[in-house]
Amino acid sequence: MIDILTAIFIISSTAAGLAAILVVAERFFADYGECLITINNDEKRTVKGGGSLLESLTSEKIFIPSACGGRGTCGYCKCKVLKGGGILLPTEEPYLSAEEKKNNMRLSCQIKIREDIDIEIPEELLAVKEYKVICKKIVDLTYDMKQFIFSLQEPAKISYTPGQYVQLFAPKYDGNTEEVYRAYSISSDPADNTIVELIIRLVPNGICTTYCFKHLKEGDQALLNGPYGDFRLTDTNAKIIFIAGGSGIAPIKCMLHHMQNITCLREAVFYFGVNSEKDLCMVDTMRAFEKTLPKFKFVPVMSRPEHPEKWKGETGLVTEAVLRNEKNADQSEAYLCGSPGMIDASIVVLKKLGMKESNIFYDKFS
Amino acid sequence: MTGLTGEMTHALVVCFSAIFTGNMVLSYFLGLCPFIGVSREIKTAFGLGTAVVFVLTFTSGINWAAYHYILVPLELDFFRFILFIIIIAAFVQFVEMIIERFSPLLYVNLGIFLPLITVNCAILGVSLFMVIRDYSLIVTVAYGFGSGLGWMLAIVSMAGIRQRLNESRIPYGLQGPGITLIIAGLMALAFIGFSGVLQGR
Repeated sequence: MIDILTAIFIISSTAAGLAAILVVAERFFADYGECLITINNDEKRTVKGGGSLLESLTSEKIFIPSACGGRGTCGYCKCKVLKGGGILLPTEEPYLSAEEKKNNMRLSCQIKIREDIDIEIPEELLAVKEYKVICKKIVDLTYDMKQFIFSLQEPAKISYTPGQYVQLFAPKYDGNTEEVYRAYSISSDPADNTIVELIIRLVPNGICTTYCFKHLKEGDQALLNGPYGDFRLTDTNAKIIFIAGGSGIAPIKCMLHHMQNITCLREAVFYFGVNSEKDLCMVDTMRAFEKTLPKFKFVPVMSRPEHPEKWKGETGLVTEAVLRNEKNADQSEAYLCGSPGMIDASIVVLKKLGMKESNIFYDKFS
Repeated sequence: MTGLTGEMTHALVVCFSAIFTGNMVLSYFLGLCPFIGVSREIKTAFGLGTAVVFVLTFTSGINWAAYHYILVPLELDFFRFILFIIIIAAFVQFVEMIIERFSPLLYVNLGIFLPLITVNCAILGVSLFMVIRDYSLIVTVAYGFGSGLGWMLAIVSMAGIRQRLNESRIPYGLQGPGITLIIAGLMALAFIGFSGVLQGR
């Protein structure tokens, strides 16, 4: 009996000794002290070394867009590292083009802060804030699309450019064990800077959309950060061709509100592509825009109407409708928002109509 | 022959036989999971192989000391399984920490494979064989080094073969692990050819 106890004691104490060595070693080796992050040669932040760059920036309330929560799977959290990032890691390589590698672009979630580090991020990211919001209203738009209106709590106001997006935080819930951020375009009227409206389409098994559709209720608290993105209207007077599919209507709606607010008289057409009657939404809102914006036209396009005899509008793919209605687009600008397939097809068509690639602006879902 | 020279010769023979005639993967079928899982590319196979050589060489030595200076005097040698695996795990953690701190380059090429190694049965196998065969410290370290090299040789050649197989048409049911196991079998057969080399020793 004593023998067994001694044996167990000896083995356990050996294991404990090894564990103690490891703990001491970790204290000693994994302590990087305080490190200084210099942002755009100007802002300086002191953080505790050892964490990832993305984490450290988030804790300093500087938000770099990232969808996967820092696991190195989305490739969004790119930033330019001028000094102190160490060598390029194999985990970053797949997400960086040759051009980006040459420009010292890195994935901020993969870089560990071991020393003082100099980074460059777009100036507007410094304006990005985290907002505590309350879900004020949820409206069913179609069978798989909902409109969410969030009223801002802290900070109470947001300033953004129409076309930009925010990231909504999806917490852990039944059946989901990870916390993620997902990007959604703002669709609200920019005149009211105390609310943020999002249009979200349910993605089967999507972590954040499932949270929005199944768990988020009116009156609930939520968290979002933003604004991000450079999808925005230009200052020219060129004719605008908007093309969107599904929830891609969101940033366009925001831009139209903006045009209405500044009584913009640019000529504009909005081709809205849907599959069938049950996907069509916001028609009344769009018709209302047609009344207040004299040179705006809304063209819904249905690819497979269930009742072709009743459907009076355009049929076929949205690109086909564009090709039918637009003759010459060399003086126009296009703003596209939707699935990568739709956007790529639209770019081909627009170029065929004579549009310059530099006049095509888009926001691709991914 | 003096004692030390004899020991060195023995160590050399054991080292060579661990690479060719008594190859860890191909004769003892140890460390098969990473052998099949991480043999898609020569580059990663080489990285993992190097890490295995490194860890095997050192852990076999440390485990030898732990066995002869802790377990044997206390008559606890039946506990060697547990103690060996604890030592291996602690060693791997420790090395990973040091590499990460001092050489990011080495960490990128080698360090990311280290956690995989804790559960590589070839590592534990070497420590257990050294006890059964009653090797001395020098011979044990040579045995560990040789086994590591042998394991690396096997996985790198497997990766080379699999890279070439990428362009071949393989029946659906055999793709992936299926064809890999068949190739491993053929490689094991080929390695039997080495068994005559050390005859008479």
